[in-house]
Amino acid sequence: MTVSAVGSRRTIAAACPAAQRLGLHAGMAVAQAQAMVPKLHVWDATPEEDAAALRELARWAIGYSPVVAPDPPDGVWIDIAGCAHLHGSEEALLEHLLGRLNEQGVTARAAVADAPGAAWAVARFRGGGIIPVGRSVEAVAVLPVAALRISPSIVAVMQKLGVERVGQLAAMPRAPMVRRFGKDVALRLDQAMGHAFEPLNPLIPEETPLSTVAFAEPIGRLKAIKNVVHRLAEDLCKQLVKRGQGVRRLDLILRRVDQKGAHLRIGTAKATRDAPHLAKLFDERLETVDPGFGIEEMVLVASKTEPLSETQTEARGIAGVSAPDVDMSRLVDRLGAKVGAHRVYRLEPVQTLVPERMARKVPALAPVTDATWPENLPRPTRLLDPPEPVVATALLPDHPPALIVWRKVRHKVTHADGPERIAPEWWAGDTDGPSRDYYRLETDKGGRFWVFRDAPAAEGGRWWLHGFFA
Amino acid sequence: MTRHLLRSASSPPAASPAVAELRRQIERLEGSAQVRPPLPFGIAAVDRHLPGGGLARGALHEVVEAGPAAEFAGSATLFAAGIAARLKGPVLWCLTRRDLFAPGLALAGLAPGRVIYVEGGRDRDVLPLVEEGLRERGLAAVVGEVTRLSLLASRRLQLAAEASGVTALLLRRWWTVAEKDVTALPSAAVTRWRIAPAASEPAPAPGLGRVQWQVDLMRCRGGAPCSWILEACDETGRLAVPASLARRPDSAALRRAVTR
Repeated sequence: MTVSAVGSRRTIAAACPAAQRLGLHAGMAVAQAQAMVPKLHVWDATPEEDAAALRELARWAIGYSPVVAPDPPDGVWIDIAGCAHLHGSEEALLEHLLGRLNEQGVTARAAVADAPGAAWAVARFRGGGIIPVGRSVEAVAVLPVAALRISPSIVAVMQKLGVERVGQLAAMPRAPMVRRFGKDVALRLDQAMGHAFEPLNPLIPEETPLSTVAFAEPIGRLKAIKNVVHRLAEDLCKQLVKRGQGVRRLDLILRRVDQKGAHLRIGTAKATRDAPHLAKLFDERLETVDPGFGIEEMVLVASKTEPLSETQTEARGIAGVSAPDVDMSRLVDRLGAKVGAHRVYRLEPVQTLVPERMARKVPALAPVTDATWPENLPRPTRLLDPPEPVVATALLPDHPPALIVWRKVRHKVTHADGPERIAPEWWAGDTDGPSRDYYRLETDKGGRFWVFRDAPAAEGGRWWLHGFFA
Repeated sequence: MTRHLLRSASSPPAASPAVAELRRQIERLEGSAQVRPPLPFGIAAVDRHLPGGGLARGALHEVVEAGPAAEFAGSATLFAAGIAARLKGPVLWCLTRRDLFAPGLALAGLAPGRVIYVEGGRDRDVLPLVEEGLRERGLAAVVGEVTRLSLLASRRLQLAAEASGVTALLLRRWWTVAEKDVTALPSAAVTRWRIAPAASEPAPAPGLGRVQWQVDLMRCRGGAPCSWILEACDETGRLAVPASLARRPDSAALRRAVTR
C-alpha cells in the first residue's frame, strides 16, 4: 500500500490486492487503515516513478500499434485501428496483450471501443471487453456517471440530484445540463459516446540519431574520409535540430572491405549540434585509422544526446560583439580530443592552508565559483611536489636559516620572513603530527625560496624546500 | 643599476611623419593592420621604449628566467601571469609538468575562474595545444610552457596570434644545460623578456621587502634591447618602478654638466 499526503491529511494512494481483500481502498485515511490492520506496511507514494513506469509500459505497448499514448495515472491508450488483423482478431489481440502483461506481473484490464472515452469507461467500470462497432452509446449508458472522467465533486452533485447513470445524463435536455454541470461534462459525455473526436497524444519512441553512408566503391584516402565525416555530421545535425537535441558523445564506425572495423569516439563538454565543429574533432583521430583495402561503410551515431534549445549559434567573432562570458566549449572539446578530456581542467580553490591541497581540479566548463585563495598570504608560483630536503643552518634553534644547501649548492640567506605555521588537518585525513613552520627566504643571488621545518627545532625538525617565489 | 637606468632614459629617435606613414603602409601590406591597442605596462620608461607604447596584443612573446633556480621559472611565471591578468577574458595555460601553484598566480590578479589548464604529455605536444588556443578568438591570452621552439613553429604561432588577436606568452623552461642553450636560439617572437630576481629593497624591519626583478628586454621587433629594475607584479598584475629609484634626483643634468 502506498500513501500520499495532502497537507496534514494522509490518505491511501494505492493498495495491493492483499490489502484490498482486507477492505482497504484508495482514498481512505491512513489512520483508519492502520486501526483496521495493525501490521500494515506503508510506503510513501512516488508519483514521478509511477509516471515513468507508465511511460515505459506505453513504450512497450508500441509493439501492438505505433500510436500509443500514456494516460496518467494508470492507463495506456493504444490505437489498434488497422493493427488487429495482425493477431487475427481484436479478441486475440486483447488476449495476447493481457496474457503478456500478466506474465510481467502487471494486473490490467483492457477494453476495445470506438472512442478512447468509451474504452476508458468500459475498462474501468465493466471489467473490460470488446464493444462492437457502433455500440458504444448503449455500452456506456448503463455505467455510473463516474465513468465519464469528471471530477468527484461533480459526481457527488449528480448523485445528490439522482443522476446515477450515464444514460440518465445523456437523456437530460442538453442546454440545462451544460448550464448546471459545465461544458466539461458535456464534452466528456460526447467523448464517451463517440460523438466528439478525442485526439491522442502519441508517444514518439526515442531512437538513437544516426546517419549512415555506404560507398559503391570503397574509399581509403584520408581526405575523402574526412569529407564523408563532414557530410555525416551535417546530416546528423539536421536530425538533431528537429528533435531539439545536441550531441554529448559521438561514435564513428568505419567498416572495412575485409569486414574489420574501426571505432572512434569523441565527447563534447557541452551539448552541441555544430556540424563543422563535430567533424573537426574527428580530424586528428582519423589519421590513426588504417583503411586497409578501403572503407565501404561509415556510420555516425549520436550515442549520447541532451536537450539543446534553439539559440543563435552563428554570431561568433563579429567585431564589436563582446559577450560577457565567452563560450569556451568548442576550445575545450578540441583540446579534449587532442589530449583527453581529463587533461583539460580548471583549478578551483579549496578552503585549506595545506599547500598540496589548496587547488582542486574541476572540469573546464564547471560553473565558476566566487571562492578565492586568501589574498594576504604570500604563496609561491611554483611548488615542488614532493618537497626536497635541504640542509639548513640557523643561528639559533628557532631562527630562520642563515644558509641552505639545496642540490649541493649553497645559498646564503640575506633576508627571511616567518614562521608561518601550518597545522595538519585531521579532518582532511592528515596523520596527526607536528605542524610545519614555513619561512620565506631571500638569498644573496636574489633567489626566493619557500622552506619549511617539519617539526620544532627542539624535536629535531628537518628542513624542506617546498616552492619558489617570484 | 645606474647603467640600466641611463640606457632606458635615452628615448628612441623621433620618427618623422613621413616615416610613420611608411610604417603604417608596411603594416597594412603585412596584414597586421587590425587596430589592436597594445597593452601598456603603466611605467613610462618601459612603455616609451616599446614600439606602439606597450606590449603588442595578438603577438608572440617569450619569457625566460635567469638567476638561481631558473629552471623553476618562478619569476617568469608571475611575469606572464601578470600580463595575462591585465588582459580581459579567459586564459589558456598549456603545461607539461605539474609544478605550477595556482594560488601564487591568483596573487598577480589572475582569478582561478579565468584559467583553463591543459596538460600535454611531452614538450612537443604543447605547441599544437598553444596553436589551438590561439585560434580561439574569445581568449585573452595563451600561456605555453615549452623548451624547444623552432623558427618555423614560432612563426606559425605568431601568425595564428596575429589572425585571432590572442596574445601568446611562451615560458621557456629548461631542465638541463643543453636545453638552456636551446632557449637562447632565435625565434619569430615579437619580444623576448628575461626576468631575473634581484635583491629586494632593504625593509626597515627584519623580513622581506617588496620583490624586485631585473627585467631585460632581450629582443624586440622594431625596438632596441633594454633593461630595467622593476618591482614585481602586485595583486592586479602591474609592475612598478621601485620607490628608491623613482625618487632619485635626475642624474642626467649633473652628467651633462660634468661632461661640459
